[in-house]
Amino acid sequence: MKIELTAQQKQWQAEFRAFVQEVIVPQAEHNDRNEYTPPELIKRIARAGYLGAIIPQEYGGLGLDMITFGLLNEELGRGCSSIRSLLTVHSMVAHTILKWGSKQQKDIWLPRLATGETIGAFGLSEPNVGSDAKSVETSVTYTGDACILQGRKKWITYGQIADLFLIFARQETKVSAFLLERDTPGFSTEAIKGIYGTRASMLAELHLDGCTIPKGQLIGGKGFGLVVATAALDIGRYSVAWGCVGIAQACLEAVLRYTSEREQFGVLLREHQLIQQMVTDMLTNVKAARLLCAQAGYLKDSGDPGTIMETWIAKYFASTSAVKIANDAVQIHGANGCSADYPVQRYLRDAKIMEIIEGSNQIQQITIAQYGYQNQQIPVAVQ
Amino acid sequence: MLTTKNKLRTFLGRFFQNLTIADDQDFFAQGLVNSLFAMQLVVFVEKEFGITVSDEDLDIDNFRTINAITSLIERKVASPTL
Repeated sequence: MKIELTAQQKQWQAEFRAFVQEVIVPQAEHNDRNEYTPPELIKRIARAGYLGAIIPQEYGGLGLDMITFGLLNEELGRGCSSIRSLLTVHSMVAHTILKWGSKQQKDIWLPRLATGETIGAFGLSEPNVGSDAKSVETSVTYTGDACILQGRKKWITYGQIADLFLIFARQETKVSAFLLERDTPGFSTEAIKGIYGTRASMLAELHLDGCTIPKGQLIGGKGFGLVVATAALDIGRYSVAWGCVGIAQACLEAVLRYTSEREQFGVLLREHQLIQQMVTDMLTNVKAARLLCAQAGYLKDSGDPGTIMETWIAKYFASTSAVKIANDAVQIHGANGCSADYPVQRYLRDAKIMEIIEGSNQIQQITIAQYGYQNQQIPVAVQ
Repeated sequence: MLTTKNKLRTFLGRFFQNLTIADDQDFFAQGLVNSLFAMQLVVFVEKEFGITVSDEDLDIDNFRTINAITSLIERKVASPTL
């Protein structure tokens, strides 16, 4: 067993970190306050190739392994969770087309997603449906060679600007997945403002009023929409988990800096033992979360089905740790931490979102416990 | 292909701990499974038997029973380009 990044992975990591420091961090606060991601920023990220991170090189992507993709998510998450969420939803669409798309769908969309010419978004949640995905109310009617979509989607990350939506719709009990283009007649979006965290992620409600699309835009087989969603959410969860490591790392770095500069009672904050206790817990949990994410990534690269539940565990631990760590980071910063002058308040708001998206904590707890009963040897009671 | 079926039974046994699944038993129709199980099954089949489950294989009839999954694997192994 060897737990170490390869030389190439380290090189990528250094590149990602430099990019985030130079391009993302300087405008993260501004974009958060304005609830907006400038198009120039997305173009800059696209030019770096990051939107094609998991798309194979034959389609114009970077073709990164999953560990390196994780490192990209950590670094983006360290700088700005909204931008990390762009990579998340865009990669979920790309992964879905790569895994379940027809040859035609792959040839059309993957090169465009790789360059960022097309931005992808994931359309599962609805005004009345969150965790209970099988109950989506958006309907599909099949008529000849066409599918007619009718309904509403809500909380769609980058829904305000995305060009291609992965939409889930139901006919009776069968949920199916569809690729829907923004310019489809009957399709419109409405911006959602005033969100608590990941404020620059340009959330939207999607309105599908009789959107008629060719049957060729069905993806993954009729009635297999929930499997398609589950596979996409696996990538999404993996991306979010690493993004949480990034938030936690950003908190840790902010705390190390702040406590090394600020004095109270005549000594630096870092000299106070109660501060040291919090720093120790932060450091330990960041490292533990990162290792869980790396384990899930390693299993993904190996094609091991164990990756699915290891990703659930990594996301659960990383998101709950990120909230605790961000909470302590604000506490250590005191009133400064609650102000717009320091980023820790943003980290805390962003971290809270991570406990809700891609499987709420409560869904995670139920699922992980079931996994425990399925996979652990239950000892026989000794009489 | 006794080995294939045995491997499938072992995998399924983790999910249906107190049930014996017959080779022709439709575990989807009986509401025993969810999409998370289905995805794990797909990834397991791909890894264990070295095949790729793609768009055209996503027919529920390919996954309903141990016999159906075995047939899918046999077809894919015999013609890897399918």
